[in-house]
Amino acid sequence: MSPPMTYREALREALRDALQRDARVFLMGEDVGRYGGSYAVSKGLLEAFGPERIRDTPLSELGFVGAGIGAALGGMRPIVEVMTVNFSLLALDPLMNTAAALRHMSGGQFSVPLVVRMATGAGRQLAAQHSHSLEGWYAHIPGLKILAPATVEDARGMLWPALQDPDPVLIFEHAQLYNQEGEPGDWQQVDICSAKVRRAGRDLTLIAYGGTLGKALKAAEQLAREGIESEVIDLRVLRPLDDATLMASVGKTRRALVVDEGWRSGSLAAEIITRIIEQAFFELDAPPSRVCSAEVPIPYARHLEEAALPQVSTIVAAAHELCRGA
Amino acid sequence: MSPQPLPYAHDVLLALLRDMLRIRRFEERAAELYGEGKIRGFLHLYIGEEAVAVGALHALGAHDAVVSTYREHGHALLKGVPMQAIFAEMYGRQEGCSRGRGGSMHLFDAKTRFYGGNAIVAGGLPLAVGLALADRMQGKADVSVCFFGEGAMAEGAFHESMNLAALWQLPVLFCCENNLYAMGTALARSQSQTDLCAKASAYKVATQAVDGMDVIAVYQATTAALEHIRAGLGPYFLAFQTYRFRAHSMFDPELYRDKAEVEQWKARGPLHTYSARLKAQGVLDEAGFLAMAAQVEAEVEAAIAYAEAGSLEPVEDLYRDVHTPEPAP
Repeated sequence: MSPPMTYREALREALRDALQRDARVFLMGEDVGRYGGSYAVSKGLLEAFGPERIRDTPLSELGFVGAGIGAALGGMRPIVEVMTVNFSLLALDPLMNTAAALRHMSGGQFSVPLVVRMATGAGRQLAAQHSHSLEGWYAHIPGLKILAPATVEDARGMLWPALQDPDPVLIFEHAQLYNQEGEPGDWQQVDICSAKVRRAGRDLTLIAYGGTLGKALKAAEQLAREGIESEVIDLRVLRPLDDATLMASVGKTRRALVVDEGWRSGSLAAEIITRIIEQAFFELDAPPSRVCSAEVPIPYARHLEEAALPQVSTIVAAAHELCRGA
Repeated sequence: MSPQPLPYAHDVLLALLRDMLRIRRFEERAAELYGEGKIRGFLHLYIGEEAVAVGALHALGAHDAVVSTYREHGHALLKGVPMQAIFAEMYGRQEGCSRGRGGSMHLFDAKTRFYGGNAIVAGGLPLAVGLALADRMQGKADVSVCFFGEGAMAEGAFHESMNLAALWQLPVLFCCENNLYAMGTALARSQSQTDLCAKASAYKVATQAVDGMDVIAVYQATTAALEHIRAGLGPYFLAFQTYRFRAHSMFDPELYRDKAEVEQWKARGPLHTYSARLKAQGVLDEAGFLAMAAQVEAEVEAAIAYAEAGSLEPVEDLYRDVHTPEPAP
């Protein structure tokens, strides 16, 4: 059994491991080298692997994400770090128009084995240009695989299978998780295709991912003290969604509540609820429900930021509403 | 007309003319087929600019990578993509070089290292930088060549790519095809610095301005640029002055330029000036020219017949290749 480590250390060990195992792997991004990573994930890797493989880039998201695609086409296995999801919008063109589309539009000739990592999410008073959760947008795009490690085990284990995937994989690391401690567990067994039941229960299904998983688990504890037993599902993979795990749980609990830090309209939560209605409508005892971020640019002031995000209290309140009359 | 003798063997000189004719005739027929409704979508013709693709690609090695734009028929043909696969692609047939998924703007060919066919202006430049980075990291001696128009030089991707290539001293050859118009917007109306080499020089990239209507000048400049890159001296930028004789696309009414201007440039057309030069130097006579033209005509018609006889990809295959299939166990 490996000792407990932080989510950040787990990501770093995963990088170190991949760099050691495969000479084609290299990391590039803003401040990944000398600075040690804006979230200190790659600290120490420059010293271990040198500047060719821990490659500091200029502030050119479009340029270096595009170059990552080219390097993947050229036979390398690049890991590109984008500082935050908000900055990734500067690279949306190569991600969407090239990485995601290339294999299909070339008639199957070119796969893009690229991994892009980025921080996402709010909670650190970083305001409206550093705090959004846009992974749901990326999950809209055919050709991409979208991962959201919420545990130390997944932070440690998801990178290697992502690198083995012949197609582009985006990994979203919630900024609130970097200091979280946990067991890396069976990280060698981690897959990048399934959702996981993180807590078993019979009365309702809480569906969460990334930064909202911890909040959903806390809400489940509170609800349990009132006698409401929640099953908590960690989506883990946002595209393609693991419908089978979701429907199995909803079929059992007959109530579903999605917790998504993205904005409500056109959200990942909307997609999940639609699928539940399409596939499990007649097994439901109540309309599916969701707790999302308020539809505002995330504000700076702490009380306003808190009010804008899903919280344990709002999840509990939504669960009460969902279970009313049960 | 250059009075100087042309410094290459006759077969080389004739191959340059033959390839310009191949592109010209390919595209003239493509325009006709568009008129007949056989080809749809966008069709961006390269007519007038042939000397650039032919001169540049004749200087390249087979292993060098090429990244191009949506006006890429000529680059694809010269990189070695079979003409019949290109026509089949434009017909939307599964025998096409992209199985009919891409059309005119998205020609791809892994075998010849032809990386498209990119229809986002300047979208190919970062790809070329990454391909060059991969080659360098794997110890390969190949060069990545990227074609783009002068319009791309207003995009951020151009500036970011020039900076990355120069900063990392990567083996990239940047080939700007300056046909003076970004769709309908003249260079001087859209960019404060119209000296394109000055823009590239700002990134400490070696540059050369080239007469893109003269296939020999293009060939020589590209050869020299490749020598510079292969010697490990970093990326190179070539600014080819050329001109598009046809409209931007089949939907363009050409309201933004004078017919007189087009006629002036046509007088400098790369095919007739070069064939006249070959005749003046005794490399080619009229009978030889006609024989060459007939040969090209036969290739084009055979390629069209191939496309006509092609088949449609089954609709059941619509989702094929969104992702790479799992390898068979």
